Amino acid sequence: MRGPGLRPGHRARLKQEFGLDKPVWQQYLTYMGNVFTGDFGTAFNGQPVTELMANAFPVTIRLTVVAILFEIVIGISLGVVTGLKRGRPVDTTVLLLTLVVLSVPTFVTGLLIQLLLGVKWGWIKPAVSPEATFDELIVPGLVLASVSLAYVTRLTRTSIAENKRADYVRTAVAKGLPRRRVISRHLLRNSLIPVVTFIGADVGALMGGAIATERIFNIHGVGYQLYQGIVRQSTQTVVGFVTVLVLVFLLANLIVDLLYAVLDPRIRYA
Amino acid sequence: MVRRLARPAPQPGLHRLRPGHPLPGGHRHLAVPDRLRRPLDCDLSKAQEGSQPGHPFGFNGQGCDVYTRTVYGARASIQVGVFATLGVALLGSVLGGLAGFFGGAWDGFLSRITDIFFAIPVVLGGLVLLSVVTSATVWPVIGFMVLLGWPQIARIARGSVITAKQNDYVQAARALGASNSRMLLRHITPNAVAPVIVVATIALGTYIALEATLSYLGVGLKPPTVSWGIDISSASQYIRNAPHMLLWPAGALAITVLAFIMLGDAVRDALDPKLR
Repeated sequence: MRGPGLRPGHRARLKQEFGLDKPVWQQYLTYMGNVFTGDFGTAFNGQPVTELMANAFPVTIRLTVVAILFEIVIGISLGVVTGLKRGRPVDTTVLLLTLVVLSVPTFVTGLLIQLLLGVKWGWIKPAVSPEATFDELIVPGLVLASVSLAYVTRLTRTSIAENKRADYVRTAVAKGLPRRRVISRHLLRNSLIPVVTFIGADVGALMGGAIATERIFNIHGVGYQLYQGIVRQSTQTVVGFVTVLVLVFLLANLIVDLLYAVLDPRIRYA
Repeated sequence: MVRRLARPAPQPGLHRLRPGHPLPGGHRHLAVPDRLRRPLDCDLSKAQEGSQPGHPFGFNGQGCDVYTRTVYGARASIQVGVFATLGVALLGSVLGGLAGFFGGAWDGFLSRITDIFFAIPVVLGGLVLLSVVTSATVWPVIGFMVLLGWPQIARIARGSVITAKQNDYVQAARALGASNSRMLLRHITPNAVAPVIVVATIALGTYIALEATLSYLGVGLKPPTVSWGIDISSASQYIRNAPHMLLWPAGALAITVLAFIMLGDAVRDALDPKLR
């Protein structure tokens, strides 16, 4: 802004264009008024923030969906298996594995997987293309999910192991239900409440916390835009994206609350 | 003797020596290899070379010895972990403990504050707050972790103080006329401190990992400091040609974090058999 090519009137015109010549409270009111009509302002490079969002959010939502699917499918299955076979070799092995996953930071896992699968063995493309289709996002999604996956496994395991001795499970076995049905209908359903709580809170964390993962795999999603916004001090971008992330976080928690009633019919919202 | 000296064993204090400084004890003429006198010095001609005699972990992109840097990196990383945990544990247990003991308006206020802090994504908050810091020391990073970490401990401390407060022996102490401070320090604290210690121990490992993540994103510790996070971050540019530069500090980091998680589990088993 203070470069040699800046003519005297130019600075004033730019200030006026971005509304920086008005008092702060007026800037704030204008901004909030615009937000409620769906206008998140313009980044300093001239791109409207909504346009950045329209490009970034679909990518990150796909990435988050992949990650959550991994958490649900792999995390809960491993949790059920280990919880039922507590103390057996399977249990010990999986527990050790979760500890290892927990202790390696996500960005290290990401770099190593990118090196092995992408560069050395050539199974995947090391960088994700701008379209970021689902099949390209499988490996980044797994990396993003890895730490939460370990938590989901441990949570499910504890919960299953605790409920396994409950009276209703003994009743279900005693009345001759097949083992499959006892586990899926009676045991699992009652054990899922803490897990669903965790996954719900995780949706927000995954969407905003994918900064490192998106940087490694060159995914141009929310984390990437936030990182750029912070590095380039583009307030509009950062505030706009964080506002939407908070809304997503609240929505996810609302869905979790509603899911409680599905899992446990005793919980009712009148 | 010479063999023993030739190993890149880091010796406390040696890294502070400037070129031409006499060694401690005045052994100015001792035939010490130059690299041992300044173990963090680098030789650009050896950049990215792999393992070789005397340099078991090879060299990094600037030709620095990876083994030496991995050993020195423990200082900054453990410093961040220990001081952040101490700060978080002290601040969190004092604020949370007082809120749990006295209850009332202060308790409600504190609970809302912790809610607000819980809603801030850690990595995002770190990017915003630490991107304005220019200091190269470990303290801004520690301060940031204390700022965002204390609500976790405060909640736990509050809960366990409320549980301990209802015990008969606390009521007995109150009936005998004990002052608030005596009840808190002599009767409640010893019975409420276990969960705080457990969570703090596990958190220590995660703070070390968080430091590495922040350094990887370029807002954590900064280059004159030697830390695992900085080394992993700079090694990630060379990962295709020389992965050893990344694997050694990352391995040290992972083992340290794992060790603290397992220590936390062991402390929990020792202090609180009910939680098993």
